[in-house]
Amino acid sequence: MSQMISGRIAGGIFALAATALLVLGALGGLLMEAAGNWNGATAAFDAYLLRVAQFTLWQALLSTLLSVVPAIFVARALARHPSFPGRAFILRLFALPLALPAVVVALGVLALYGRAGYFAGLLTLTFGERWQGIYGLSGILVAHVFFNLPLATRLFLGALESVPSGQWRLAAQLGMNARASFRFIEWPVLRSAIPGVAGLVFMLCATSFAIVLMLGGGPRATTLEVAIYQALRFDFDPARAVSLTLVQVLLTAAIVVFLGRLGASMTGDASLPLAPNRRIWRNGGETLANIVLVLLALAFVAGPMLAIVAGGLQADLVRLAGERSVRAAALTSLILSASAALLCVILSFALVAGRRALELRRGNMPAGPAERFMDSGVAMVLVVPPVVIGAGWFILLQNAGDVFTFAPLMVVTVNAVMAMPFAVRAIRPAYDAASARHEKLCLSLGVTGWNRLRLVDWPSLRRPGATALAFAMALSFGDLGVIALFGSENVQTLPYLLLSRMSSYRTADAAGLALMLAILCLVLMMAAERLGRARA
Amino acid sequence: MRKDHKGTSGAAIRLDNVRFTYPGGPPMIFDLSVGPGTIVAIMGPSGSGKSTMLNLIAGFEPPSSGRILIADADVTALPPAKRPVSMVFQENNLFAHLTTAANVGLGRSPSLKLSEEDRQDITQAIARTGLAGKEMRLPHELSGGERQRVALARVLVRERPVLLLDEAFASLGPALRDEMLDLLAELHAERGMTVLMATHDPADADRVAEIIAFIDEGRVAAVGLAKDFLSGYGPDAFARYVGERHANRDPALARKRT
Repeated sequence: MSQMISGRIAGGIFALAATALLVLGALGGLLMEAAGNWNGATAAFDAYLLRVAQFTLWQALLSTLLSVVPAIFVARALARHPSFPGRAFILRLFALPLALPAVVVALGVLALYGRAGYFAGLLTLTFGERWQGIYGLSGILVAHVFFNLPLATRLFLGALESVPSGQWRLAAQLGMNARASFRFIEWPVLRSAIPGVAGLVFMLCATSFAIVLMLGGGPRATTLEVAIYQALRFDFDPARAVSLTLVQVLLTAAIVVFLGRLGASMTGDASLPLAPNRRIWRNGGETLANIVLVLLALAFVAGPMLAIVAGGLQADLVRLAGERSVRAAALTSLILSASAALLCVILSFALVAGRRALELRRGNMPAGPAERFMDSGVAMVLVVPPVVIGAGWFILLQNAGDVFTFAPLMVVTVNAVMAMPFAVRAIRPAYDAASARHEKLCLSLGVTGWNRLRLVDWPSLRRPGATALAFAMALSFGDLGVIALFGSENVQTLPYLLLSRMSSYRTADAAGLALMLAILCLVLMMAAERLGRARA
Repeated sequence: MRKDHKGTSGAAIRLDNVRFTYPGGPPMIFDLSVGPGTIVAIMGPSGSGKSTMLNLIAGFEPPSSGRILIADADVTALPPAKRPVSMVFQENNLFAHLTTAANVGLGRSPSLKLSEEDRQDITQAIARTGLAGKEMRLPHELSGGERQRVALARVLVRERPVLLLDEAFASLGPALRDEMLDLLAELHAERGMTVLMATHDPADADRVAEIIAFIDEGRVAAVGLAKDFLSGYGPDAFARYVGERHANRDPALARKRT
């Protein structure tokens, strides 16, 4: 018995060590650089850094407000109308932005509100002067709200649908109007959900990279992550990168600690029970207001998606698909994201199995540090955004030769680790349940090792494993974080190619690439969801 | 609306060919006539339609056809709040973040705009249900029985002539349940409202109900005096439902019937 458990523990510890090596190695690289060039590092704590840090927090705060406050009312409107034609469609549509790569969304926003966007004519008429396009803060905000308004709406709706149907009936019997039922039923539920939702949105916005990179303009609209990227790629100023990265890590760590206090879920689960069974009594005025509100939110969310499709179809997709660089990038993307996903699932499985084995071994004793690290330590990965890990290794590897030859390795490992919190969440419940059911049986029958994996674990983990794989692959496929740092002529992924076409003003090409990226990511995400849902 | 019923005693209830079907479920048809001020125990197997019938009377479910009359007025098209009805559920009768006084006060004003007179009535109702001194408690600081007392206090301040109880005391222990039924009987003696209470337990019916309506497969299968039904004079289906222990208090009588 002890033998089969210790095997799993060893696997778990190995996975934990590998993850820690990647994250801590990056931080170590930064600290070594800082120690080696102390004057440079301290000199980098200047007005520029302060301004960038300020802007990072400021845009995250505004994005959070603009996402969360309207989401409260949109969620409430949807909760007040539990069944109408198109409701399920709206909710599915609201799940899409999270599945779209940030590069694609940035492009969609530009295609709509940019200088040459679909709305440029209208906006020029409205403001009476030539529309300059939304770069800078306004562009960042629009894109962040596009991502997070639907997410927050779904989270709030989930909270509202947890209200027992008896309470709605009571409200109906007592004759509560919209205001009274908001005050006595909806607001108490929403109020307790707000800290978690707002915290999650704030974290996502404070660490967003691709959006700010593509929509932020110049030093006035730069966040810490983009400044790190610029310091390494354009200014070759490792000292500045180090100080920026340290500030970023401290900032996100502070946010995470704060979020932990609020009890926020860092991975943002927004699964909704469909077809809630209840009736709500409303008057005509409220219904009209709700319809207007939902339609506005729908237009705001659907707009950039339609723009992505329309812009993509205008591009010469056939020529694009025939280009050697596009094909090479697509192939590179597929290979790298598949490897990252595979690595992610293997590491996650090892962690989950190791944690469970430690739990079994200790019996009723309190959990040791190794188990606790395997339990919640994975979420700590989110403290260190991919760009930061990339930056740390970029600086470290500078001394080891040509940094860009490490691109595939860095992309695969960082993206794998980045997706681990999500993969662990998909795999762990199934593994723990299967273990609780089969552990004793396996012991008594002597089913161990490979046989156990094949006969017992595999059947119960096939589906959650596939979910995790597809999700990790989608995340990695659309990521423009590490590749922005390590990408070069030799190693290009689709998002990287998109970025370089954008910066050389080949907008039609970029739009076509964005459509391809969007479709591939959506297919993967849908596969992940379908596999997850069919799980018994 | 409220003032119309103030101080009134119970109202007659009539269900006239009231049809209702859950999606994918079998059709239900309810016909029932209850005199003003009566206490009726609604009994029947799980899923037979007891709660559905109460929900139709309260207005939580819309019938596909038929009429619901309360005090001879057709209420079929009225929303729940406009019906002269109060309902107490098995749970979730209280808003978890509001005090006892506020939960009761909602029975007077759904926006808690309360006059001095309202406040006095509320205090009285709370005292009447044995909760004096617990006005400022939150629901989680009350026991299960106390929470249902708060719901009854709200019924008192609402002053509606019809009270529907949907297994309201089913989750309480036997002694507590008897206590609540006795309180219900006292309140009924003072106010005289018409009470329909869905219950599984013949002992509940025995303690307070005059009439038993037996619901089976979405229909009112039989209506009769509680003491007859419970001493074996009820229909066979009812006897089978409650079982030997309760139905045949006097085996000789029961055998005679068949």
